[in-house]
Amino acid sequence: MITHRRAKWLMSGPPLLFLLIFFAAPSLIMIFTSFRFPGEFGGLAPISIPAGENNGNYGLTIETYQFFFSDIIYLEIFLKSFAIATLTTLLCIIMAYPLALLIARSEKKFRNLMIMLVVLPFASNFLIRIYAWMIILGPESAFSQLINSILAIFGVAPVTLLFSSFAVLIGMVYVHLPFMILPLYTNLEKHDPILLDAAQDLGANGWQRFWYVTWPQSLPGILSGSALVFIPVLGMFAIPDILGGTDDIMIGNLIKDQFLGTRDWPFGSTLSIMLTLTVLCIAGLFSWFARYQTRFL
Amino acid sequence: MTLLEIRNITKRFGNFVAVDDINLDIKAGEFFTLLGPSGCGKTTLLRMIAGFDAPDSGEILLDGHNIIDVPPEKRPFHTVFQSYALFPHMTVADNIGFPLKMSGKSLEEINTRVASTLKEVELSQFADRYPHELSGGQKQRVAFARGLINQPRLLLLDEPLGALDEKLRENMQRELINLQAEAGVTFIYVTHAQNEALALSHRIAIMNQGRIEQIGEPSRIYNYPVNRFVADFIGKINMLDATVIKTSSSHLTLKVAGLGEVTVPARDGIKVNDRGVMAVRPEQIRMVAQTSEIADEFQFTGKIKDFFYIGDVTTYIIDLANSTRIEALLPNSLPGHAKLFEIGDPIIVSWQEQSAQFLLN
Repeated sequence: MITHRRAKWLMSGPPLLFLLIFFAAPSLIMIFTSFRFPGEFGGLAPISIPAGENNGNYGLTIETYQFFFSDIIYLEIFLKSFAIATLTTLLCIIMAYPLALLIARSEKKFRNLMIMLVVLPFASNFLIRIYAWMIILGPESAFSQLINSILAIFGVAPVTLLFSSFAVLIGMVYVHLPFMILPLYTNLEKHDPILLDAAQDLGANGWQRFWYVTWPQSLPGILSGSALVFIPVLGMFAIPDILGGTDDIMIGNLIKDQFLGTRDWPFGSTLSIMLTLTVLCIAGLFSWFARYQTRFL
Repeated sequence: MTLLEIRNITKRFGNFVAVDDINLDIKAGEFFTLLGPSGCGKTTLLRMIAGFDAPDSGEILLDGHNIIDVPPEKRPFHTVFQSYALFPHMTVADNIGFPLKMSGKSLEEINTRVASTLKEVELSQFADRYPHELSGGQKQRVAFARGLINQPRLLLLDEPLGALDEKLRENMQRELINLQAEAGVTFIYVTHAQNEALALSHRIAIMNQGRIEQIGEPSRIYNYPVNRFVADFIGKINMLDATVIKTSSSHLTLKVAGLGEVTVPARDGIKVNDRGVMAVRPEQIRMVAQTSEIADEFQFTGKIKDFFYIGDVTTYIIDLANSTRIEALLPNSLPGHAKLFEIGDPIIVSWQEQSAQFLLN
């Protein structure tokens, strides 16, 4: 006989096991790794080893953490990643809001079509879309030549659009824009139009109606969208890799380099943990904000 | 003193004429009601006064100036919506203070006036609550407070009591009458509930299919309906087919189906052979047992067919000769009794001559 308690375990057991094996355990391994030494030829040094080999570096240490905080460059890369994430989120808000508002205020029969058009690019492969931007921003593209010819009129030297922070930003915004449009649209669509009538009736002009009625009610949507943009951007490495120059390295790239390049696994683990902690803090902030907002909606 | 003049206002939605050449004068300080069945155009007219819809033709004059082209936010009118339309993301205090903020008053002034308004509507302790934390009646009061706080020249109310239960509705009706009298603000009230209209208004305009059937004080409309529609819409009324057989300056003599000859007060514009109905209100009908005698000129014998008891009054369905049926309303003034007569009782029915009237078809 399957009791209520047993049923609960049967239901949640398998997913729990999955998460334990493939999420909790690896995370713990990662944390453990960050306290170890890198092996002589990459990988990890064994915990215990006969003295004399591997420069005497074995066992556990906090050396990687000291290393992280010793060189300012790592902090710089963290801050730069933050800056790109913040800028991307702001740009997404600015670009997504008018579009989401337009779709939400369109006639019902057009809305689904418009949302489908927003989501359609996801049908194609992520990397292919990034490569497409390489072509659009490349020096031989029509777009680049147009920009450069305009600059030439003002006597400015031609610029390369590709392999720059500008290209990285474009790539990030392009990929993440739907993640801002959709939550924002879902929120805006639920607004009661009579509130705008009431505001107008009480003396509010167009701008005041937006600022006092539409904007405050859309904040939860903005918050959801921001979380869906900021956190992924922080950890991205494909876009800086493909579209960025040598200066545009972000945390994600750094981590990837440690594991696949210099093969300093402990340091890679440390970086991952620093990133995870940061993301947890940000996520916590977002969710605190969300709870603060929903007390009246 | 006339506040608002509505001149030849017409509004069409495609082929449907929602408001058909309406003319109306609203007096300052009055409680004016637009009453009519669903779809009669009363809400459309209200929206045009508020400025949310533009009429296809006609003018609306405030102090003699046409305000057709003035947008809603610039008109000195406020609306109380049926769903109250309180801003869910603002506190009660912020909701009430919103119109003051929009007209650019200082923060200090807003706070003082909101505080005193909250006291007037007895919601002071709810100042920092949000609309979803209020009951229906409380939301109602916030909506009124918000509409009245900056003393608009006109308050437009679109069936504001529709969502309330009966007891609360009655209480709010009394509050509304006091509110309007104290504030001195002109109210234009839209409803389809005729009892409410009769109870609240100084004057009522009965609307039907985009046109105004009659305008007047409640008692005038009730006692002297100008046509069949008005007579039927307001209260209950007995209507028996009748033809005019004689006219005079004071009376009309009718041949009423099933009853024979009956005289009613005279009415302008009625000629011999006009067809219509003889109309008499149930509460004007007098009933006595057949064993008694009445002195009234016309009396008719009949039997009680059925009755409806609603506590304070009972409506009796009476079958007269020739299967003519009328209804009579009598108060249950005999303590402990649900009704004064039983089904099948033979009774005599009569009414005073001035109680009945002739209405043209």
